[in-house]
Order: sequence, then structure tokens, then C-alpha cells
Amino acid sequence: MAKFGSALFNRLVIIIPYAWLLFFFLIPFFIVIRISLSETAVAMPPYLPVFDLASGIGGFIDNIKQFSIANYIWLTEDALYAKAYGSSVWIAAVSTFLTLLIAYPVAYGMAQAPNTIRPTLLMLVILPFWTSFLIRVYAWIAILKPEGLFNQLLLTLGVIDQPLIILNTNWAIYIGIVYSYLPFMVLPIYSSLEKMDHSLTEAAQDLGCTPIMAFWRVTFPLSMPGVVAGCMLVFIPAVGEFVIPDLLGGSETLMIGKTLWNEFNANRDWPVSAAVATILLLILVVPIMFFQHAQAKADSEGR
Amino acid sequence: MKSLGSIRRSFSPWADPNSVPFIAVKNVTKKFGDFVAVDDLSLNIYPREFFALLGASGCGKSTLLRMLAGFEQPTSGEIILDGQSLAGIPPYRRPVNMMFQSYALFPHMTVESNIAFGLKQDGMPKADIAKRVDQMLKLVKLDKFAKRKPHQLSGGQRQRVALARSLAKRPKVLLLDEPLGALDKKLREETQFELMDLQQELGLTFVVVTHDQEEAMTMADRIAVMAHGKVVQVATPPEIYEAPNSRFVADFIGDVNIFDGTVSSAGNGTVEIATQSGFTVRVASTEPLTAGAKAGFAVRPEKIRVGRDRPACAPLNAAEGEIWDIGYLGDMTVFHVKLKDGKVIKASSLNAVRAMEDPLGYDQEVWISFDENAGVVLKD
Repeated sequence: MAKFGSALFNRLVIIIPYAWLLFFFLIPFFIVIRISLSETAVAMPPYLPVFDLASGIGGFIDNIKQFSIANYIWLTEDALYAKAYGSSVWIAAVSTFLTLLIAYPVAYGMAQAPNTIRPTLLMLVILPFWTSFLIRVYAWIAILKPEGLFNQLLLTLGVIDQPLIILNTNWAIYIGIVYSYLPFMVLPIYSSLEKMDHSLTEAAQDLGCTPIMAFWRVTFPLSMPGVVAGCMLVFIPAVGEFVIPDLLGGSETLMIGKTLWNEFNANRDWPVSAAVATILLLILVVPIMFFQHAQAKADSEGR
Repeated sequence: MKSLGSIRRSFSPWADPNSVPFIAVKNVTKKFGDFVAVDDLSLNIYPREFFALLGASGCGKSTLLRMLAGFEQPTSGEIILDGQSLAGIPPYRRPVNMMFQSYALFPHMTVESNIAFGLKQDGMPKADIAKRVDQMLKLVKLDKFAKRKPHQLSGGQRQRVALARSLAKRPKVLLLDEPLGALDKKLREETQFELMDLQQELGLTFVVVTHDQEEAMTMADRIAVMAHGKVVQVATPPEIYEAPNSRFVADFIGDVNIFDGTVSSAGNGTVEIATQSGFTVRVASTEPLTAGAKAGFAVRPEKIRVGRDRPACAPLNAAEGEIWDIGYLGDMTVFHVKLKDGKVIKASSLNAVRAMEDPLGYDQEVWISFDENAGVVLKD
């Protein structure tokens, strides 16, 4: 009886994450796809066809027949969308790279720190989350604007003689993304470095590596899982980022999140914005699937 | 390969005043903050020697090994290898390699690339690397596992990879930190002999750190017993066992019975000690002692006879007692004999006969006795 109970319990435990994915990812995703196949209408909700239980199966089939991929074709016809996707991916990639450049040394330093102060350092990395994200991004406006803190500092130090224009450029977006997403990069890298056996770098040095060579041949390759996880955690949300480009970016900054927001709120075109979101998801998911497939293959080759 | 016996018997460079040490540790002290890990330690290790640093954890043996490898710098003193001071030379420029206690195999590399790691780092041509790796794999009998990753190997195989990797660069000295610590007993015993054979075959100098006295006794040409950052005794395994120079060494290596007492006479190659257990010990010893001095007498369990009859030598080197405990181990039996004064001593006898007639039993009145050369005098 106890055994049966625990088997049942095991199943229930597995159901929870699946149910979560089903209700909060898969079903909403199908709704988005379904809207993307509809056509916009001045109605409530603002698209057609609308399913109605009263119309029965015949009505359901009629509705399905009305679905079209016109919205997707529209996305390919207007260069705006391709540009927005391209520049989103580019901005996200550059920001991810910059985040990695800053996060790796931070994580490395934390992993090398004495055990006693590690929890404190970890706390310091997480601490900014205690303040509202929006407030922190607004704070960057105050720092980066022409008469802001940063320019004043440089002017006072005599590094420059007139203010730099940073706010409302792509650089402001990079700074905003790097700043906001840094903990997501630091934590996975830290966790992969922290569990590494210190004798591995000693062994590398013993076999003739200078400390720098030992880092590149042993430490860095072994921290790759953390680097990859961190890059994904930064890159994926950065591609669809809306708040940071909206607040820090300029009017000419084209990012897909902003485009989507415009379609949804300004144009009230739910079907096109749903199509934009679906394509965004594909752009992100397909490379990740390829990557995971390649990793699984590499893993099984070792066996 | 020549049989080990003949080489071993004639190998004793430490006894020759003309031989030059390969590694000379000179008055080395290592402090971590206030803690003195290695305390003014001096040692000579000779070429082709299998040298063991033996001691309990925290005695400084690993710190000394790490100083030889270059991971720690001596606070004071100097280490000389093959005539050259190692001061300030980083680990990656020392002609020594280390086998780590955890093996420290690179988990992201195959067995092959692990072994080739140091060679690649030295810029050896690819064909030569392949040849050397092949040779090392054969040496440790892992040729079939070249393409495996460390996590796909058993503990014993990993140990061999670590060994092959540390030998691949043909170091002048191989440092081994608890090389067999992670293996189970049976494998450990086999591997001990393999290591000895390998060391002879390659003609290298091995310095091994261990807390396992049996391991040190089996493998080493000489053992340095360490305690509190100092070397207590350096000697061959038989010397360490049969002629420990202190209570610490006598007690640390193997089982021992120590009788405390007062020297009643000394001279002419014998010392007599009146023990606190009420009997007198006469030992063959040239220790310069004077009557009335405090001294101890150490004798190993297997050198004590236990019998029902009063031995001929009594009252010298003999005492009465009763059997307190019996431990039957198969190859031998260990008796705990309680003497008249309440002291319990250990005596062991080999079970050379399969079925002994009338074996000794619990609570039986017995005599213990030993020969004049069975034990050693320990000065206090």
C-alpha cells in the first residue's frame, strides 16, 4: 500500500512541471498562433474568426477554413520587420558578449574568494533585484544624459571637454542590458567555477602550463556549461527586450519588442503582433535546438 | 627486467658518504600565518630512490610535497634538485611531476588527451606525442581506453591514467600524493607492487606521501616518519620497524608494547631495565645510559612468546599474567595478556599448525617471555 502510494506520489510530482508548461506555456502559445492566423477586425476581440461554442462543429470547421498565413506574408513584405529582427538579434548578441566580458571576471573573482566572504559577494550580486527594475533603468537616464552624472564626472576629471551623447543611442541600450542582466550571467558561471576542483589548475601548471595557459586550457573549457547557460539567460530575454530600448534607446533604434508593442497597442493589430511573436520564438528556439542536438551528439561520442 | 631483489639489496646510496643527494631539503620552514606546517626540516633523497613521507594528517608531509612541486614556497630554507636551487622556480618550469590525490584528471578530455596534455604544452611534434602517449598507455595497460573520458573509467583505471599523465613528460622526480588512497584494499595491494616495478623499470626517483604505514613499508626504500612538521626518523622499513628511535615512531609504526622503568645497569652491550611491571628486562643495546635513568623498552607483539610453563630465562625477560582477550585472525592469533600489575600487553603467534592441541584459553595463567634482542631501548 505504501509502495503504491509513493508510486502515485512520484507521478503526481512529475505532473506538476508538465501541467505548468501545458497551462502557462503551451496553451497560451497555441492561442498566440491561432490569433496570428486570424485577420484583424474592428471588434471585441479585435480579430476574426472568433470561436463560438454555440455554432457547433460545423461552425468550428468553417472558422478553421478562414485561417490564413497572410500575416506572416505581410511580415516578409515590409522590410521593417526583418530589420527589427536583425537589429534585435544584433543588439542582444553584442550585449550578451559585453555581459560575458564583465561577468566572467566577476564570477571568477567570487569563486576564488575565501569561503567566508562568498555568501556576501553572492548577496551583493543579487541585491539590485530588491529595487524595482524600472527605477534602476530610469536611474541610468540620470547617469547617462548629457548633463548626467557620468558626463559630469568625465568633465570634472578633464577627460572630455564637452558632454558625450550616450543616452538614446545603441550604447545606452548595451549599457542598460549589460547592467540589468549581469546577475543572470554571473550566477551560472560562478556556480560552474565554484564547484571546479582546484587541483585541476594545479595539475595543468604541474604539466607545464603558465597560470594563464592553465586558465584557457582547463578552467575556461570546464566553465563552458555556465557560460552557455548565462549567455542564453541573457540573450533570449534581451532579443525581446522592450523597456530598456524604449527608455534608453533612441527613436531610430529598432527592436522587435518595440515593434510588437506598437502593433499591439498603437495599431491594435493583434494578429500581426501575434505573428511577430511567433517568428521571434522560432528565431530563438531553432538555434537552441540545434545547439542542444550538437551537444547531445558530442556527449554520446565520448561514450 | 632484473629481479628486484638483487637491485634492492645493493641499493643503499644513503649509507655511502660519497653519494650526492638528488633532492636536498635544507632547513626548510613553511608557515601559514602562525601555523608552522614544516619546521626547520632537512632531508636528502637519492637518485632512483623510492622515498616515503609518512605521518598522520597535518604533520606537514603534503606541504613538503607541494613545496617540491612548487605550489608552495618555503618561508625559509632551500630545496635543491639535481644541483639546482628550486627557489623562485614556478611549478611549470620544474622537472618534477605530481600525481594528485584526487588524480585531477581533466574531465573534458579523453584519456589520450589527458596524457598528451603536458607534451602538447611543451610543443612536442605531433607524431612524437602520439608515440609517447601510446607507450604510456601500454605501460599502464590502458591501450583500450584511449578514447574514453575520465568519468567512464573505474577508480583503478583513473589512478593509472593519472600515473601515465604524470610520467609522460619523463620527469626527473615523480611526486605522489596518497597515490592509492582512493582504491579499495585489494587493488591497493596489487598497485603497490606495480608502482614498485614501474619505478625500477623507469629508474626514476619517487617521493610518495602517505598516511598508510603498510603502504610506506611495502613500497619505499626509505621512510621519513614525520610529526608536527619535523622528521622524527629516516630509515629503511626494517630499521623503522625493528629499531625505532623514539616512542613516537615505535608507537606509530605497527603494534608495540612499551614498558617504562629505570635503568639498573648498562654497559658491555647490554642494558637492564627494572620495569614498572615488576620484572627486569635485559636488552642487547649500546645506548649510552647510566644506572638510575628513566628509560622505556619497546617490543613488538610477534616477538613475545606466550606459554604455560615458566621459561628458562625467568625472572629476566619474563612475566606472569593471565589471558585477557584472544583475537583469532586466521594466519595468526593475538593474545592480550594482563600482567600482575594490571598492564595489558599484546602478543601474537603464528598459526603454523592447522589444529593446535590444547590451545590457550581465556583466563589461563601464562608466562610471557622474549629474547634479549627482541626489543629496543627508548631513551626518555
